[in-house]
Amino acid sequence: MIKEILARIKQGNKTSHFPFRNIKLSGRYRGFPETNFSKLSDEEKKQLSEICPCDCFSKNGSQMSMDLGNCTFCGLCSAKMPEAVKFSKTWSMAVSSREDLIVKDGFKKKNVVAKPEIKKIFGRSLKLRQVSAGGCNACEADCNVLGTPVFDMARFGIQFVASPRHADGILITGPVTRNMYAALQKTYDAVPAPKLVIVVGSCAIGGGIYRGMPMMAGLPPNIKPDLFIPGCPPNPMTILDGILRLIGRK
Amino acid sequence: MKDFIVEPLENIEVLESKDFFSELSTELSKGSGISSYFAMPQGSDFKLFACLLSKSGEIKIICSNVREKITSLSTFFPQLHLFEREIAEKTGLKIDGHPFPNPVRYENGLTASSGKYFRLGGDEIHEVAVGPVHAGVIEPGHFRFQCLGENVFNLQIELGYQHRGIENAIPKVKKNKFLPLIETVAGDTSIGHAWTFAKVYEALSSCEISPRAASLRGIALELERMANHVGDIGALSGDVAYLPTSSFCGRIRGDILNTTAILCGNRFGRNFIVPGGVAFDVDEKITEEMMSKFDKAYEDAVSAISLLWDKKSVLDRFEKTGTVTTEQALKLRLVGPVARASSVPFDIRALFHIYPYEDYELEPLTLNGDVFARAYMRWMEIKKSYKLIKNWMNNLPSGPISVESKSLKPNSLAMALTEGWRGEISHVCITDENGNISFYKIKDPSFHNWQGLSIALRDAKISDFPLCNKSFNLSYCGHDL
Repeated sequence: MIKEILARIKQGNKTSHFPFRNIKLSGRYRGFPETNFSKLSDEEKKQLSEICPCDCFSKNGSQMSMDLGNCTFCGLCSAKMPEAVKFSKTWSMAVSSREDLIVKDGFKKKNVVAKPEIKKIFGRSLKLRQVSAGGCNACEADCNVLGTPVFDMARFGIQFVASPRHADGILITGPVTRNMYAALQKTYDAVPAPKLVIVVGSCAIGGGIYRGMPMMAGLPPNIKPDLFIPGCPPNPMTILDGILRLIGRK
Repeated sequence: MKDFIVEPLENIEVLESKDFFSELSTELSKGSGISSYFAMPQGSDFKLFACLLSKSGEIKIICSNVREKITSLSTFFPQLHLFEREIAEKTGLKIDGHPFPNPVRYENGLTASSGKYFRLGGDEIHEVAVGPVHAGVIEPGHFRFQCLGENVFNLQIELGYQHRGIENAIPKVKKNKFLPLIETVAGDTSIGHAWTFAKVYEALSSCEISPRAASLRGIALELERMANHVGDIGALSGDVAYLPTSSFCGRIRGDILNTTAILCGNRFGRNFIVPGGVAFDVDEKITEEMMSKFDKAYEDAVSAISLLWDKKSVLDRFEKTGTVTTEQALKLRLVGPVARASSVPFDIRALFHIYPYEDYELEPLTLNGDVFARAYMRWMEIKKSYKLIKNWMNNLPSGPISVESKSLKPNSLAMALTEGWRGEISHVCITDENGNISFYKIKDPSFHNWQGLSIALRDAKISDFPLCNKSFNLSYCGHDL
């Protein structure tokens, strides 16, 4: 036992000070983008659309927008046209509605709306069933780490549970492949109401890099997300921050 | 020796079907391993390619035209069984004499009920079915156990839930989608797959990367290996309810991933490797930042993992659990740390010695293939990766980080190998007459190793399944593609 205690003293307390103090991510981290499409010529706008591997850019008349829900934050656009797209260090990016992820010029980052009834029911205890529905396991890995001492989401009463019957909601990762469609639907149905739905990562939100591929089924229409967490994969801080905001703890 | 091969298609001799299978048998009997085996559509027929890797590191590609059916050799060479099933599923070719011709990924409009399950007879036999949605934050897969009491007679592993169709998509998508797709073959092996893709791409465009780029790639690959191995050892301790190491390692894994994030902004090394080199350079400040984080993480890993090896309650659960013998490992052609834990001395890094691995050697292996061996193998590799990274970081060659990659050679085949953290990754790329990719084949090491897990469970206790599964920690999405 003494060895364990000595190791514990050596390792120290590693739990992050979030949400009580702000956390800074590494210098090359790409977070919430600011855009300035107004100065681009039509030709440049076309180039920008072509450079994006996930087809995030679209044009409505002369107004251009960028869909963060599909973005993998690869930074190709910003490397090519640093004037038009600039990734900030802002990692708090979760939103409550899909439209809030469509970034346009002069767009102000929207925050999650914590509904009072959600706060009342789930604010002090939220049990989630995670369903991996065809992703690459990176989002799953970054959800898993929320249980480690650094993030320690259990201190907020949030936990991943084994059975959907024990859960208050599901957290979905991956673009939902045809082969996972039925299993996802059944898991969702097994969660007792009222239930929350959280989608994590660009695949789960908009199909991401897999959008339009033939093996994709997408979210069943009756599963309506309450929280969208963009990224590929989102930094664990982004995920934790989103969930805390959803249940009104931040 | 090179860890890739590039040939104009016309230089690859097309054998008669009969000769192809006898050549394949001869090579496999001599101890070569199958690195990749696939059929490429050609009009209404198919061209069958087998990529073999000899013990001494020669890559040999044999080829034949096939129509309607292929001869199954799985009964004699179990290492082929999943490849043959894959060929049958993807092409519709019949596999003559395959012992268990189930689909692999349930693509082509098949549903999960189209496969069949192996059943044992007898009143006292009971069947346990688990998944696709498991307890825990983990990818989907279906496991069926045939048990007598606690003892497992057979474990059947049915995957395919993660099937996204990446191989089929690559020839069809625009160029800038190649890397993002390859990096998501298996998210935890982004660097391994991206590097293999880059090797194939560079081979086909006769492009040579700078020593600096190669060293930086090496650093990223070894960081990926360390992070995953540390995480695995933590998860193994968690599974035997030894929580100190489990908690420490879960956090240390994150510290190593964050070191990668200092390098390229993404914890999984996304967007770091590009054909022709790497996308991010390091300067003194970044190096210092990375090394101070990395050294601290390693120091913590040493103190956390050392706790395990003299803890009797841990060793009691690790030792003699889920044993895979050397003979079994060779027959199934297990790869990576799992194979080395069964004392199979196979490591792409040590086989080819390509820069920056020119001094990399495997020490003699005397492990016996149980959970302890797989855990301890990981620990030895963590220590080696640490030394490699330190050495490369301190002696980074100067020079450019990337060179312009040119267009691809037309009508050619390239194959490349990389030792990812789970083992041998192989990619094969075939180009058409315009130098566009017309066919792409990916093989994640998990494709070899899943059967190893099933063998480890034979005659074991079903309650040991989670522990055995963790000790392999295979990729579902890498298998499903």
